Amino acid sequence: MSNHLQTFTKGLIKENPILVLLLGCCPTLATTTTAVNGMSMGLATTFVLVLSNIFISLLKGFIPDKVRIPCFIVVIASFVTIVQLVMQAFVPSIYETLGLFIPLIVVNCIVLGRAEAFASKNPVFPSLLDGLGMGLGFTLALTLLGCIREFLGCGSIFGFTILPETANILVFILPPGAFICLGFVIAIVNKLKKESH
Amino acid sequence: MAKKPSSLKNMLIALFVITAVSGGLLGLVYGLTKDAIAEVELQKNEKAIKEVLPLGEGITYTADTITLDDNGVTLSFPCNLARDANGTLLGAAIKTTEGGFGGNIELMVGITTDGIIKGVSVLSHSETPGLGANMEGKFKDQFADKKPGDNIILEVTKSHDGKKVDAITAATITSKAFTKAVDNAFKAFESNKSQLQKGGQQ
Repeated sequence: MSNHLQTFTKGLIKENPILVLLLGCCPTLATTTTAVNGMSMGLATTFVLVLSNIFISLLKGFIPDKVRIPCFIVVIASFVTIVQLVMQAFVPSIYETLGLFIPLIVVNCIVLGRAEAFASKNPVFPSLLDGLGMGLGFTLALTLLGCIREFLGCGSIFGFTILPETANILVFILPPGAFICLGFVIAIVNKLKKESH
Repeated sequence: MAKKPSSLKNMLIALFVITAVSGGLLGLVYGLTKDAIAEVELQKNEKAIKEVLPLGEGITYTADTITLDDNGVTLSFPCNLARDANGTLLGAAIKTTEGGFGGNIELMVGITTDGIIKGVSVLSHSETPGLGANMEGKFKDQFADKKPGDNIILEVTKSHDGKKVDAITAATITSKAFTKAVDNAFKAFESNKSQLQKGGQQ
């Protein structure tokens, strides 16, 4: 049981996909302009990650090694498209904020990375836990980055204004701000990890 | 279960089965969500029309297309013409698109026959959040009840004389594209107005 727990929790901090593994940086940099965008992107990715991990784990005996990557991509792309269609039909308000970013999940290296590194070698239940842990770790990192960038760039967090407009530092909303923030957050996380050892 | 060896037959079977099942599944989901998505789009469209052209009850809206000759290029605008019970043209909600900073900005502009822009609604855009995306606020509201035919020229400018459109800070391209889109819709409506008015009375 403790083994299962570890499979789940390692994604949150110890092997956090963004802050430690540095996987999936493209959507991280692009979608964390506000806290809400970051969190929604994280949750949508978590959903796809869990489903693709489950199915790839189920299919692992059926897929020959040489064609595993195209098979994984087809499975992942199918789930992303299903998520997109369902969101468009039933939660149009969320789809409107996220619409542009959803197809990006297909090329997110965490999803393919976890399929390759974990789900294709492990049974279904640990794969599910791995996907969930990694997804939530991804969501956590994206929300944190989104909060920092929204606070510094727009003076608000989750849309609630905290600082007046004059205190906004525009660069944090723009792409360079994403790199600066990510760098500092990784540095702080590394420092904290070292101290806790 | 042991891994299947990568023989040609196994690879073909695996790829074929996975793509076929995925394709079938996607077709199924598409079929299930198609109507709901169309419904959502329709409602969004109707809401936008009501928002930009608030004319009260008893108005019928008919879909139409108007064109504008822009320096030799013919632009066409899908629109919804609003007529009262007698068939008199009251105004139009015009869909207009212009390339912004991150992609196309699609707007719905409501214009009445006396040449007043009643309102503008943003249908879709992909501008930078926190910058260009701020168009849905103070910037957009500037266009409401403007009468470009008079002394107001629709042009983004730094001057603050109150007659022109104030741009969004750090989003000049978005501001210009937005204004151009509204301007195009206005010109298209003005140049087609007399013809459309005739058309209604027949």
